[in-house]
Amino acid sequence: MTDTTVDNGVNVGALLDAREALTGTPEAGKFTWEASCRWISGTHSRSTCQAFYGLGEKQSHKQEFTFEADHPEVLAAEDNGATPVELVLVGLASCLTAGVAAVAQRRDIQLKSVKSTLRGSMDLAGILGIDSDIRNGFDGINVHFEIDADASHEDIRALVAQSQKRSAVFDIVTNPTQVTVEVN
Amino acid sequence: MRTIDCVIVGAGHSGLAASYFLEQSGIEHIILERGEIAHSWKNERWDSMCLLTPNHQARLPGFGYSGDNPDGYLTAAETVKFIEEYARFITAPVLCDQEVLSVDSTPLGFSIVTNDNEYVASSLVVASGACNRPSFPPCARKMPASIPGFHPLEYRNPEQLPSGKVLVVGASATGVQLAHEIHISGRPVILSVAEHVRLPRVYRGKDILWMMETVGILDEGYEEIDDLVRARSIPSPQLMGTPERKSIDLNSLSDLGIQIRGQLMDIRDYEILFSGSLKNHCELADLKMNRLLRTIDEWISKQGLDAEFDEPERFPGTRVEESPPLTLDLQKENIQSVVWATGFAPDYRWLNLPVLDRKGRIRHEAGITDWPGLYVLGTTFLTRRKSTYIHGAEDDAREVCEHLTGYLRKRSVA
Repeated sequence: MTDTTVDNGVNVGALLDAREALTGTPEAGKFTWEASCRWISGTHSRSTCQAFYGLGEKQSHKQEFTFEADHPEVLAAEDNGATPVELVLVGLASCLTAGVAAVAQRRDIQLKSVKSTLRGSMDLAGILGIDSDIRNGFDGINVHFEIDADASHEDIRALVAQSQKRSAVFDIVTNPTQVTVEVN
Repeated sequence: MRTIDCVIVGAGHSGLAASYFLEQSGIEHIILERGEIAHSWKNERWDSMCLLTPNHQARLPGFGYSGDNPDGYLTAAETVKFIEEYARFITAPVLCDQEVLSVDSTPLGFSIVTNDNEYVASSLVVASGACNRPSFPPCARKMPASIPGFHPLEYRNPEQLPSGKVLVVGASATGVQLAHEIHISGRPVILSVAEHVRLPRVYRGKDILWMMETVGILDEGYEEIDDLVRARSIPSPQLMGTPERKSIDLNSLSDLGIQIRGQLMDIRDYEILFSGSLKNHCELADLKMNRLLRTIDEWISKQGLDAEFDEPERFPGTRVEESPPLTLDLQKENIQSVVWATGFAPDYRWLNLPVLDRKGRIRHEAGITDWPGLYVLGTTFLTRRKSTYIHGAEDDAREVCEHLTGYLRKRSVA
């Protein structure tokens, strides 16, 4: 299996080493991810990610990453960024895509292109308080992948299924999570 | 106090298979059994339970099924008889009603204390079973006390349950079998499904487990498996043993009117929260089943045996509702009981040796632990995929006993 020219840019060896190491030292595997957000004006806010915690100590991205969030003009806002719900779709898309690449590498499948379109549907009657039977969030998310790879259709479906199985964001959106919100 | 070369804990099929090989090597040994031979099979199985393997796979070292229905499936009671016959056949040195209370290490060897005796043994084979204790998801404790819960270890038949709707959690062989019989008893079932293994009962005219044995899949060894931890925790396949050799899967359960829901993730007061990953769990199971069927087809073609078997076949994908509900209100839906088909765990509370992993399982490689003289048998995928099944005990026990015999010889020379 190691005798291969398949390269999806994923260092599977390092990931497997990490898995081995973390099995022996479960504490090192406890990570905390962090985002900081500042209100700008109206529905416009700016979030940054840089610091996180893992492997038993403070860690940092190579640089600070910035994300603008706002709402579109049809919702009476200035449209300075993607909506927060679109950012959730972005998180899910990038998590599943990373998973597809990692699993493909592990299964010796050369990827040529991986494209996806995500659609989250929502009835605004929920967040606007028009109908209390309607939830605020998505009533469903549809993910459509278009993958070109040196593999059978069935193997590609298996890649996508395995990627969902190991995806953090897929788990976060499909399963309940305790959320604690404190003030000051 | 009695000193002996080897003590085997548990007179089930694994412990008896070990006794067979130790006897052949002339190793003096006894089997300590907490109750009676095949105790778990006799006392801790539901009434309708049958083996997943067909009768022609009911084999133990030197002994096999001799009845007139090789394609049938032994009931739990018939399995007890089979194991009892085996114990007589090998004149196994079983001491019944000897519950092991503790095992400690001493300079003389393992010190084993039972309810009425004490033994010292140079070696010890733990064959006390993989299904001694119920295993529940952490959120199970949040189930309202007004709704009685049953685990398969105590469940016997549907009549034990209150009338009315039942939530069955888990879709292993146990989960689907219980969901099936509870639903047809007139208690409507909602079935919560996580990762599962789908298999047709019969493929190309042959029992699927016979096929898997013939093709060599059940002989896959632990060294060949990429992710052994995972292989050892895979739920049992959705199979049942009926005279008609019927398949059981989520489609057949849906056809009966059973409602399929996602994995049970949490309980908030009277509300059950299910995972939104049901479709993916079904997709994974369908893909894996088809991969297995393809492996079987390829093997048959390679052997040039296509004419000997029925035509290849593919089964309809698992049907899942467009948007299966993610919540269940236990009060509104009038759920009267819950069946937790969420697995089993071994019970090693008596084993005072540092050999358990963080999940409470004995660390071992092919049944050999890192504690000299200590061995384990009868757990899932011990040495091979077939370790789970009765006929898997033979190879496991042979290899473990070979190592054990070598260990005792070296020890007596030293």
